[in-house]
Amino acid sequence: MISDAPVLQQASEPAENVAAPSRLSRYARPLLGILLPLTLALGWELVVWLGWSNGRLVPPPSRIFATIAELARSGELVRHITATLWRVALGFAFGVVAGTLLGAISGYWSLARRLLDPTVQALRAIPSLAWVPLFILWLGIFETSKVALIAVGVFFPVYLGVMGAILSVDRKIVEVGRTFRLSGPAMIRRILLPAVLPAYVVSLRVGLGLGWMFVVAAELIGASEGLGYLLLDGQQLGKPAQILAAIVIFAILGKLTDWLIEVAAAPFLRWQDVFVRAKGA
Amino acid sequence: MLALDRVSKTYPNGVQALARFSAEIRQGEIVAIIGGSGCGKSTLLRAVAGLDRASSGTVTLDNEAISSPHAKIGIIFQEPRLLPWLSVADNIGFGLADLPAAERREKVARALERVGLAEKAQAWPRELSGGQAQRVAIARALVPQPEVLLLDEPFSALDAFTRRDLQDHLLDLWADTRPTLILVTHDVDEAVVLADRVLVMRPRPGRLFDQIEINLGRPRDRNSPLFENFKRSVLASLDRSLDRSVPDRDATQGPGQAMWW
Repeated sequence: MISDAPVLQQASEPAENVAAPSRLSRYARPLLGILLPLTLALGWELVVWLGWSNGRLVPPPSRIFATIAELARSGELVRHITATLWRVALGFAFGVVAGTLLGAISGYWSLARRLLDPTVQALRAIPSLAWVPLFILWLGIFETSKVALIAVGVFFPVYLGVMGAILSVDRKIVEVGRTFRLSGPAMIRRILLPAVLPAYVVSLRVGLGLGWMFVVAAELIGASEGLGYLLLDGQQLGKPAQILAAIVIFAILGKLTDWLIEVAAAPFLRWQDVFVRAKGA
Repeated sequence: MLALDRVSKTYPNGVQALARFSAEIRQGEIVAIIGGSGCGKSTLLRAVAGLDRASSGTVTLDNEAISSPHAKIGIIFQEPRLLPWLSVADNIGFGLADLPAAERREKVARALERVGLAEKAQAWPRELSGGQAQRVAIARALVPQPEVLLLDEPFSALDAFTRRDLQDHLLDLWADTRPTLILVTHDVDEAVVLADRVLVMRPRPGRLFDQIEINLGRPRDRNSPLFENFKRSVLASLDRSLDRSVPDRDATQGPGQAMWW
């Protein structure tokens, strides 16, 4: 998920007013990325179709899509997606709120940072899945423990992102605020918040990526619905197509929600002096 | 009147950047502070701006002690320091947040017109050239109509042509409300073009070495022999300030005495 963040793709931009060859490469480049998976998928489809393999353990794309269609028809797909989305949304919300608050406090007050940050960093060093048994004991095996686990996963990147962003706000810009005698709240609203926003959006996207990671972990532990349950069910009943179907849906949802954050943040980040996002990246 | 009385600054690491600097600057006067590197020019300016506190000594503006940024004192830095997330117009209006929106818009529009960037009002700072960005910074500092405007090597990052252009432009803007200008520079030409008085500082620790009145009418002709003379005398003073064998002269002598030719 982290590597899905917009990559510096300046190379294709200056080619705008140059002639055809570079224009071709501009549109062809994103397509190049699809070439490999497409070839593999079609190749495998062909192999199974020709009967060189029965495709039982590695089902061909057509069978995966058929499974998805089947799940959709029975209404099960919607149920599982809703359950998973709801967990991610709740966990993400809690994680973001806590991470933002604590990150902002640690970034803004050095005393709070000295008090708080070592503990948070120590907690961060614990592999988050190690919390699972404890969360189950404390919060039960139902929704609460799952949401808590996701929130923990989301919390750390957001906390780190917010704190780091505040600490790295340019002193020179802050000085401009001081010369205009901004009060504390005005300084936060007019200087710190906008300065921090780009890094904050990145940390939200990283956090969301981890949220998706942890929802799988949470649902594998024990759930009666959700995409993670679909995975587990597919394993136990020997239905690799169902597992792959769930994986495909995870990929789509992950990309989609990440894209939503990007789109929602874009109007606030128009001022940034940065690269052009490559189409279809 | 802006009065600096024995202003000293010693940094926590023990470096004494400024030692007992005293000067009185009249309302509306243009003063250039010039000196070798490490002579405490910027330290001095930051103390006047209220961004840093002097270790000892006082800065007073019309008998009011300055210890933190003051409404009547504006500053322009070496870099434009525009806020990248605000449009050019919003950057200029940054210090006017207390005014009603209509009045603010009107003042900003006038300032934009005045610095010749009216068509750039809605542009982002990243879209400006270096000279344009610095003009926006000047407009931003001037629009709240400060009594004292501090300039910390404001044109040193610009090419020679743009620098000249902006020097003239600054004088032009200064004539509108005639604030006190205190300009830190290492460019002798710039000091003589702009200033009524040039203060020469001596490094380690930074202290006042000499002051030279520039008795030239405005606009000044950069090619006139008189202009050259003033430049030469400032340069000579600057050379002597860096020569350790020359003792400190009494820098508080009256104006005119520095004109030794």
